[in-house]
Amino acid sequence: MTLDSLPKGTPATITQINATKALKNRFNSFGLIKGEQVTVEALTLAKQTLKIRINNTRIALRISEAQKIEVSQ
Amino acid sequence: MSTIKVALIGQPNVGKSALINAIGNTRLKVGNFSGVTVSKKRVSFSRDGIDFEITDLPGSYSLTEYTIEEKVTKDYLDHEDYDLILNVVDSCNLERNLYLTTELLSLHKKMVVALNMSDEADSAGISIDEKQLSKMLGIPCIKTSAIKKTGIDDLLDSLIYEAKHALQTENHLQFSAPFEEEIARILAFLQNKHFIHESPLKALAIKLLREDKATYQILHEQPIWTELQPLLNQSYQHLYLHHDIQDLDDIFNDEKNALCKGLATEVAQPTVKQNLTVTDKLDSILMNQFFGLPIFLFLMWGLFQITFEFGSIPMDWIDAFFAALVDGTKNFLGNTEIAAVIADGAIAGVGAVILFLPNIIILFLGIALLETTGYMSRAAFLLDGFFHRFGLHGKSFIPLVSGFGCSVPAYMSARTLKNDRDRLLTLFIIGFMSCGARLPIYVLFVGAFFADEHAGNMLFVIYISGALLGIFTAKILKLTAFKGEDEPFVMEMPKYRLPSAKLVYHTVSGQAKMYLRKAGTFILLASVLIWYASNYPKYPDIELQYEAKIEQSADEHNTTLLNNELALYKLENSYLGKIGHASEPFFNPLGFDWRMAVALETGLAAKEIVVATLGVLYGLGEDEDEGSDKLINKIQSNITFPAAISFIIFVMIYLPCLAASLVFMREARGWKYLGYLFTFTTAVAWSLSFIAFNLATALAL
Ligand SMILES: Nc1nc2c(ncn2[C@@H]2O[C@H](COP(=O)(O)OP(=O)(O)OP(=O)(O)O)[C@@H](O)[C@H]2O)c(=O)[nH]1
Ligand SMILES: [Mg+2]
Repeated sequence: MTLDSLPKGTPATITQINATKALKNRFNSFGLIKGEQVTVEALTLAKQTLKIRINNTRIALRISEAQKIEVSQ
Repeated sequence: MSTIKVALIGQPNVGKSALINAIGNTRLKVGNFSGVTVSKKRVSFSRDGIDFEITDLPGSYSLTEYTIEEKVTKDYLDHEDYDLILNVVDSCNLERNLYLTTELLSLHKKMVVALNMSDEADSAGISIDEKQLSKMLGIPCIKTSAIKKTGIDDLLDSLIYEAKHALQTENHLQFSAPFEEEIARILAFLQNKHFIHESPLKALAIKLLREDKATYQILHEQPIWTELQPLLNQSYQHLYLHHDIQDLDDIFNDEKNALCKGLATEVAQPTVKQNLTVTDKLDSILMNQFFGLPIFLFLMWGLFQITFEFGSIPMDWIDAFFAALVDGTKNFLGNTEIAAVIADGAIAGVGAVILFLPNIIILFLGIALLETTGYMSRAAFLLDGFFHRFGLHGKSFIPLVSGFGCSVPAYMSARTLKNDRDRLLTLFIIGFMSCGARLPIYVLFVGAFFADEHAGNMLFVIYISGALLGIFTAKILKLTAFKGEDEPFVMEMPKYRLPSAKLVYHTVSGQAKMYLRKAGTFILLASVLIWYASNYPKYPDIELQYEAKIEQSADEHNTTLLNNELALYKLENSYLGKIGHASEPFFNPLGFDWRMAVALETGLAAKEIVVATLGVLYGLGEDEDEGSDKLINKIQSNITFPAAISFIIFVMIYLPCLAASLVFMREARGWKYLGYLFTFTTAVAWSLSFIAFNLATALAL
């Protein structure tokens, strides 16, 4: 399952990230890495943008980026 | 040592600029979102007889540069001359911040870590053992709070101490056992060969293991390379096997993440997870799927209501004050040229600009609150879907919002956009966000042509339609000039922070002072120039003719008529009148008389001059017969409603001021882009004004 289909409020663990090197590095520096726990905290009306939470960091990303992050509950 | 040069490095929004402000009593821009500082700023001060020179740099998540402003930081670290690095970290987010810290350690520079936001860490129940962290990293770590001003002295002492003493590179960072094993193997080889290099051999070994290009190049030319290469290959195989991935970058990242996690768990007492923080509660309302956007729009609407409503209270007094000043000056100095240049030129022009100070203050207060509370990135989030549909990157929101204040910093903050196309696109539409300097024009015209209870709504409509127009333009540009793939959108959202009254006061009063300073210098000069250009050359012959006629005329009515006729003749044949008439054919279809045309032209230098020009050309004071001498009444009686609407639209769209145009050119990197911008905005402004004018005339408004 990828992050975009994770229901709001349920924590899950990141199992894999399929992104280009640059984006992966960016994810990495936000703490978005394999093994970390992530929660979807908010969605916009059109469900195109989501706000997620990792440790103490809150991040906004688009659904197209969320699809690159695989999670398991 | 004469001066201690410090490079300030840290992730975005950790309080680097705030920390300098606390240390050096400076007023660097501070805001609660990532990417406030986008260019390097040098600050000098001395403390206890020692001179410091600290360079504030844009925040950087890691040293693998991603955006332009991160590149500024990387370039600085690589090429500039500095004595030590001050690495600022957010104590509440240690693990993530240490990622950059460990990267910085590998630069082998003298370094001090400031564990900033220690006040927030305390109240969140996070306790950090800074002594242990110091020991592990091999560099001093000091707890600070830029807001509460704690730890500042310790930090300075430590900077002085480090600057005076030799570089110590011992740290006790441990990678995973298999990785350390490979490091040891390579290290042993280098040591056996008595290899000599400026940085420690262990660091060199690590760089070799992560396939660092520069290091490779150096060693490639060495005789030991032939023996080293097979050794390295072996190590790579071991690492691939152990990590079960074939990518050295990934492996190294994994190693570093594990290292930082280890470090953080060792030195920071994990928080007892609080139930719900203030930020979470606020977000559940402000970022609500259904109410989020309406709340945002309501807040914006409210801001413009207040801008007009509260702004107009002191405005009446200011207006009356300057009108009285004009009349007073003339009474005092008599009917001389000196009196005219002071009263009709300087005071009328400057007065017309100062008139709008209250509105400006309220608008900047609103923007300051947006920037300092943390709501900015929430708004960017709420609007992202909408922006995306029109081909804009979500992060464009931040430069666009700054554009409501002033286009100059807005153009600069577009640097946070990674992709050149996104950045250019944003640069092109920033001008559609009406800047603070255009506010006086709107307030003046809206005040003159709309009932007070609608004025605030009209302001809101003007700003929103400007923004919408910009966004539509973006779509067109995206489909034509700036075609391309969408860039990923990932943005950090800070926690909400209550801005300190002092910070908001400094920001707003700084803006107000800047506005007043501009009025007192630039606008003053421009007003005098405009007065001169509208009063010269003189036509003594014509004046004599009229004087003769006036003497002959019997009734008072006729005298007034003749006087007005003469004044009009002089004005229309002045330098400015000629310029205005020359451009009349261009502006006539939009309903503008030559004065409005001139006002728009002078507005190319700065938008504040538009009202100053109107103030001089329509004349403050002096008009005895109309009963009122306020600028607003002059506008009402000289300009028709359709022309006013058309004027507002033209002002909304046409080129921003000279300063902003130059910055635009620098940021877009090319004359030709300024050419495009000028042609494009003028064409759009003209067409829309034309349509609006004719529509309003046809509807007989
Ligand atoms: N409570 C608390 N807040 C702080 C402290 N230092 C900074 N802040 C707040 O943190 C936010 C970010 O501060 P800045 O100084 O703009 O951060 P920066 O690191 O310069 O950010 P960039 O320029 O974007 O990289 C602001 O809202 C500050 O008021 C601190 O020690 N304690
Ligand atoms: Mg800063």
